[in-house]
Amino acid sequence: MAEQKDMVLEMENLNVKFVLEEETVEAVNGISLHMRTGETLGLVGETGAGKTTTALSILKLIDSPPGVLECDRMEVCGQDVLKMTTSELEHIRGSLVSMIFQDPMTSLNPVFTVGQQIAESLERHENLNKNDAWKKAEDMLELVGIPRERAIEYPHQFSGGMKQRVIIAIALACSPRLLIADEPTTALDVTIQAQILHLMKELKEKRNTSVIMITHDLGIVAETCDRVAVMYAGRIIETGNLDEVFNHTKHPYTEGLFNSLPNIKKRKHKLQPIHGLMPDPTNLPKGCAFAPRCNYATEACKERRPELMGFGGTHQAACLAYEQAGFHIERGKTNG
Amino acid sequence: MHRYIIKRLLLMIPVIIGVSFLVFFIMDLAPGDAVDLMAPEGATAEDLMAIRHDLGLDQPVVIRYIRYMGGMLHGDMGISYVSKTDVFDTYMQKLPATIKLSFASILVSVLLSVPLGIYSATRQGTIQDNISMVLAMIGLSMPNFWLGLLLIIAFSLHIHLFPSGGDQTLSAIVLPALTIGTGLMATLTRTTRSSMLDVLKQEYLRTARAKGIPEKTVVMSHALRNALIPIITIIGTQLAGVLGGSVLTETVFAWPGVGRLIVDSLNMRDTPLVTGSIIMTTILLSIVLLLVDLLYAVVDPRIKAQYIIKRGRKKRG
Repeated sequence: MAEQKDMVLEMENLNVKFVLEEETVEAVNGISLHMRTGETLGLVGETGAGKTTTALSILKLIDSPPGVLECDRMEVCGQDVLKMTTSELEHIRGSLVSMIFQDPMTSLNPVFTVGQQIAESLERHENLNKNDAWKKAEDMLELVGIPRERAIEYPHQFSGGMKQRVIIAIALACSPRLLIADEPTTALDVTIQAQILHLMKELKEKRNTSVIMITHDLGIVAETCDRVAVMYAGRIIETGNLDEVFNHTKHPYTEGLFNSLPNIKKRKHKLQPIHGLMPDPTNLPKGCAFAPRCNYATEACKERRPELMGFGGTHQAACLAYEQAGFHIERGKTNG
Repeated sequence: MHRYIIKRLLLMIPVIIGVSFLVFFIMDLAPGDAVDLMAPEGATAEDLMAIRHDLGLDQPVVIRYIRYMGGMLHGDMGISYVSKTDVFDTYMQKLPATIKLSFASILVSVLLSVPLGIYSATRQGTIQDNISMVLAMIGLSMPNFWLGLLLIIAFSLHIHLFPSGGDQTLSAIVLPALTIGTGLMATLTRTTRSSMLDVLKQEYLRTARAKGIPEKTVVMSHALRNALIPIITIIGTQLAGVLGGSVLTETVFAWPGVGRLIVDSLNMRDTPLVTGSIIMTTILLSIVLLLVDLLYAVVDPRIKAQYIIKRGRKKRG
């Protein structure tokens, strides 16, 4: 069972719904994720694909009501999250699993010093007294490149990039086994983005932390991740290692994502957006959710929902077109 | 920070001048004067004129106002027309009772409202939330004098737990403080609730939860501290309000406070006593409001930074 021990996250068939008075939002529909120690998984998709909801589910931080979380299996480092009491959950949050949020501007409490905010989780999870926790909080600040004297300052005295460093310091303070980074650089400008990503990569390697990198930026995935899972309308539609997904793309949606990237070498080339919008999560189509936007879609796609199927190695994609022998997609021709 | 406080204290001077001016002239514009009310029955017109001359009431209002303010500069707030006692001493005699009652009422209001508001906010839309809001509404809807009388009937006449009036014993403060406190409750509960609801949506609470901070601490420390500004504002204005005196409650419970002093002196057209009392109340309110503003800085470091930046700008300019 050595393999079992190596697993940081095992999640099978996660479903999250938000039951509101007039409608039910089906945010996540049957997602399975498995992660090993030290691995970085990129969770890619458009806004509203259910990436953040999936991440929050791991910590069971979905507001309930209205949120309803159903899952066949959810284990973090071999511990069954689904069976945990609230206080057991509070115990693993921040220590086994921690999270970096998207917007550093609003993710720090404005009335506490950054030192207090880092020390707080240390006091709670590492049984340190106030002084030791404070000292370690200062160490953490230094680790993310902020002078330790600034621990007594408040969030409003920091710039956006510095705040995100503080948030990383909070998340890593108790050396979590799994770090969930929810679009950690989306709110930052490009120069700071590179710094933050570099910092995260460095810290991750130092501590052998597993990372789920939630992003819509394929460039970030290429730079930081070992494996990729592409999400669409609450489902994983393609997953595999970096080479498989990037160089042997199978799903038309993933292909669309690549085609919509600006190309610096062909500056006269028009951007190719994926036309249309993600389907309404309160009213998902019966068949493939991507069919209305897909150039390869057939009648069958509207009727039947594709399941993930293997393409060799770890590569899987959910597309009915591959049931016909000889089907392949061509880069650059996907969207019109 | 010191400069800010000094600036605020200096700002009180124009406020005092304005308030005294208004009170003085409105008193003059009202028909009748103290002499009409004080004069013994059957007094002749000459008698009245003589009394007016003694009090200086035969002078034009502008002269009287300037004289009064001249006295103020020497710390002399004048002599009451009616009781012939020093205005400042008379006011100070009544003030301790009012301060005691004010703080006791605010304490009742805060102890009832803030927990109730937090409780409702964390259970928004549930039956408990609705019941809390109805309770707060009832507190607001009951007229003070009526609630006061009910409390007297229940706790003084039937149970003999608290005295029905006066301020001789410590327990005498319970019923009037309850009466005023329940009246203040509705506003404070609703403010606490809406302010908490606002803060509970903030992302930094999700950060705190993701750190593994227990929900109780998240609400009582992380959220409440951020929700405090509107709560402090309401407590401050309510405190300022009750420090000005609560006439009805003071009357029902025979409480010797400044509310009744001001109303009685108004009825007697006792201009020096009215003006003096109102100036004193103004000073008190300004100090309370200043303390509230300073408390903001204690609660929220961003506001503190603003106070200090203001000073910095001035230095550069």
